Amino acid sequence: MFSKWRKKKTDQLDSLAEEIAKESGESLLSDKKEEPSAKEGASWASRLTSGLSRTRNSWVSSIASVFGDGKLDEDKLEEFEDLLLQGDLGVEVTMELVDHLRQGWKDGKYKTVADIQESLKTKIQEELTLKISPLNLSESPFAVILMVGINGVGKTTTTAKITSLFQKLDKKCMLVACDTFRAGAVKQLETWGERLDVTVVKGKENEDPASVAFEGIKRAKQEKVDILIIDTAGRLHTQVNLMEEVKKISRVVEKALPGAPHETLMVIDSTTGQNAIEQAKVFNEALDLSGLVVTKLDGTAKGGVVVAIHRQLQIPIRFIGVGEQVNDLQNFNPEEFTEALFAI
Amino acid sequence: MFGNLSDRLQSTISKLRGTDKLTDDNIKEALREVKLALLEADVNLLIVKEFVNSIKKEVLGAEVEKGLDPGKQFIKLVHEKLVEIMGTNPEDINVKKGGLHKVMMVGLQGSGKTTTTGKIAKKFQDVNPLLVACDVYRPAAVDQLLTVAKRAGVTSFEKGTDHDPVTIAKEGLEKAKAGNHSLLMIDTAGRLQIDEKLMEELARMKEAIRPDDILLVIDSMTGQEAVRVAKTFDDTLGITGVVLTKVDGDARGGAALSIRKTIGKPIKYIGIGEKLDGLELFDPERMASRILGMGDVIGLIEKASMAMDEKTAKRMQRRMGSGDYNLVDFLQQLEMMKKMGPMEDLLKMIPGMAEMGGQFDGASKEMGKTLAIIQSMTTEERYNPSVLNASRRRRIAKGSGTTVQQINQLLRQFEQMKQMMKQFKKMGLMNPSKLMSGMGGKLPFKF
Repeated sequence: MFSKWRKKKTDQLDSLAEEIAKESGESLLSDKKEEPSAKEGASWASRLTSGLSRTRNSWVSSIASVFGDGKLDEDKLEEFEDLLLQGDLGVEVTMELVDHLRQGWKDGKYKTVADIQESLKTKIQEELTLKISPLNLSESPFAVILMVGINGVGKTTTTAKITSLFQKLDKKCMLVACDTFRAGAVKQLETWGERLDVTVVKGKENEDPASVAFEGIKRAKQEKVDILIIDTAGRLHTQVNLMEEVKKISRVVEKALPGAPHETLMVIDSTTGQNAIEQAKVFNEALDLSGLVVTKLDGTAKGGVVVAIHRQLQIPIRFIGVGEQVNDLQNFNPEEFTEALFAI
Repeated sequence: MFGNLSDRLQSTISKLRGTDKLTDDNIKEALREVKLALLEADVNLLIVKEFVNSIKKEVLGAEVEKGLDPGKQFIKLVHEKLVEIMGTNPEDINVKKGGLHKVMMVGLQGSGKTTTTGKIAKKFQDVNPLLVACDVYRPAAVDQLLTVAKRAGVTSFEKGTDHDPVTIAKEGLEKAKAGNHSLLMIDTAGRLQIDEKLMEELARMKEAIRPDDILLVIDSMTGQEAVRVAKTFDDTLGITGVVLTKVDGDARGGAALSIRKTIGKPIKYIGIGEKLDGLELFDPERMASRILGMGDVIGLIEKASMAMDEKTAKRMQRRMGSGDYNLVDFLQQLEMMKKMGPMEDLLKMIPGMAEMGGQFDGASKEMGKTLAIIQSMTTEERYNPSVLNASRRRRIAKGSGTTVQQINQLLRQFEQMKQMMKQFKKMGLMNPSKLMSGMGGKLPFKF
C-alpha cells in the first residue's frame, strides 16, 4: 500500500522497534499492577527526543537567545511569556508559569538561564505528573478499549499503533470498525487489520455503530481475545446527536460486557489550539475518559496544549504519537517528555 | 475560561470614561485584554502583537467623543480592523463550463482534504468535475475519495496505490481533457509541512499539472502552528486560496486571521459538517465576530431561515403581537425551533450568551417535555387552555409521560409569556431589530 520508499522505512523501523525491546529488556506497557517503569532504556528516550527535537530545538534556541546574558528583567520575562504562548500553552498556564518565574526572580531565587530552565522544567513536570495507573489490560475475559475523538485527529491510525504495541506483549487483539459514516473509514481499519493480522469486526454502511460494537463484544467472547479495541467515527464535540451516539456505544458495550469499556481513550491532535481543552472537557463529561493520546507531535507542534489539558481535566496522557509509522507511538512519560522539551 | 472581549473590556474601559483623550497609559490595559482575547482565539502571537500595535497607533490621541461609550467604540474599531485584514468577501473559484479549471487540494493530515474535495465537486456538479485520487499513502484513502465522488454524483479517477502520485495526476489531467470535464480536482495525501520529500512531490505535481488553483485545506482549530503550516505550503507551492474546515465546532478560529495575515492569500471557503453540502463562501465579518467571541448572529439567522420561510416568520410575529397568542402558535414555534437544532447550541449563538454556558444544559430536554405536553392536548385544549380541569390534566400527564405539576407549571409560564408579549408590544419591541437592541445592550454594534 505504501510507496516503495515508505515500505522500506517501515521495515527499518520495525527492526528498530525490535532492537529497542531487546535493549530495554522490558516492554513499553505493563499489565502488572505496578508503577510504570521509569527507565525504559536509552533508545526509547532518544527516539522520543528526536521525535520532539523540532520542538526542543526551537524552544531551546529561543530560550538561549532571550536569556543569553543571564540577566533577567521585566522585558525578558515578557519575551519568555511570548515563547510559552507560541508553544500553545495557552494564556492561563503561561501567566501562571511566568508569574512563578517573576516571583522567583524578585526573591533572588533565579539569576541565571539555567535556573530559569530548571525551574520551568520542574514546574511543567509537576503539571504533568499525575499518578499514572497502568493501562487496564488484564480484565477478564478480555479488556475493551474505546477510541474516541473529533474528526481527523488520527483515531484509526492510533488504533492500529496501539494494536501493534499490544501484539508485542503477546496479546491477542481484535478491532471493531464503528465508523459506519465516513467514506472509506471501515476499509481503512480493515487495511490495518490485514497488515497487523488481526480480525476486524465491521458493520454495514450507515449501520447503527452501537450494534456493530455489540457484535464486536460477541465475537471477542467467541474468539477468546485478550483485548478488543473499538474505533469510532470522528465527531465534533459540538454535535449533540453524535455525542449521544457515542454515549450509546459506550452504554451498549457496558450492557454486553459489564465493566466495559475498561479504557476510553480520547485522541487529540497536538496541532490543535486552545479548543482542544474544550473538546476534552465535553468528551470527558460524556464518557468519563480514562486517558488521552496526543498525536502528531513529530511535526512542528510544540505540545503545549498537553499541559493545559492535563491541568484542567486531570486525565492521564497514555500515549503520544511521534511519527507516521506503526511503531511511532510511545508511552507517555512526564519526566522524559519535559526533559526532551527543555534539554539542551 | 474567559469571557468575550466586550465583557473583558468592560472594567478596563470603564476607566476611560471621564477621560477626554486616549493615551499610552490609559489604553494599556485595554490593549492587553485585546491581546489576550486574540491569543485565546489561537491567533498567532506575532500577528497579535502587530495587530495590537496597529490598534494602538490608531487610537492614541483620539478624542473620546462625548455621549459615546468608549468601550463600544474601541471594540468596534478592533472588529473593523479584523475584518479589514481578513479581506473582502471572496469569490468562488473561477470554474466555467467548456473550459478546464484545474485544482490541487493540499494540507496536513486530518484537515479534511477529501471531504472538502467532495464538497467543492458537489457545488460545481453541473460542469462535470473529475476527482483524482492521489493519496497513495493512507490506507483506504482512495476508497474514501471514490465514495465521496459517488455521493457527490461526479466522476472519479484512480490508479490504486502503486503509482507515483504525480503520474496519477498527469493521467487524470489527460482524462479530464478527453472526457469533457470542466473541473479537475486532485486530492493529495496529507503531509507535515516539514516532510521535505512529500512537499517536493507536491511541487513536482504542480509543475506537471499547472493548476489554476492550489487550495490549502486547514483545520479551523489549529493553534499557533497555523502560520508555519500556511507559510511553508505557500513558499513551496504558491497557494491561491485557503479552505477553513470544521467551522461547525466552537473554536474561535484565530487561525483564519493568522493565515490571511501571513500569506495574504484569500480564505475562500469554510467547511461545515461532514455532509457534502456543507461548504460556504468565507465571510470576514462573521469570522471577526467569532474570533472576538461575540456570538454568531448571522449563523443564528441562517438557521432560522432554514427552518421557516419569511411568510411564516411574519405571521408568527403578528400572532405574537396579538392578544390571543395560544398554545397552537406556541407549539408551532417550538417545532420550528426544534428543527434548528439543539436549544443549547442556539442559545450559545446569541452574543453574550455563550459565556453563560452551563445554564442552558438540559434546555433541549425541557423543550421536549413541553412539546410532549402540548401534543397530548386536544385541539380545543390548545386553543383554549381554560377548559383544562383536573381530570383533563391527569390525562395529559399520562399521555405525555409528565406530571400534573409539570403541566401546571407550563400553563403558568405560558400565561407569563403572553403577558410579556403584550408588554413588548406596548413598548414597541415587537419589531425584531428593536427587540435585539432591547436585549440589554449586548450587541455592541450592528451586524
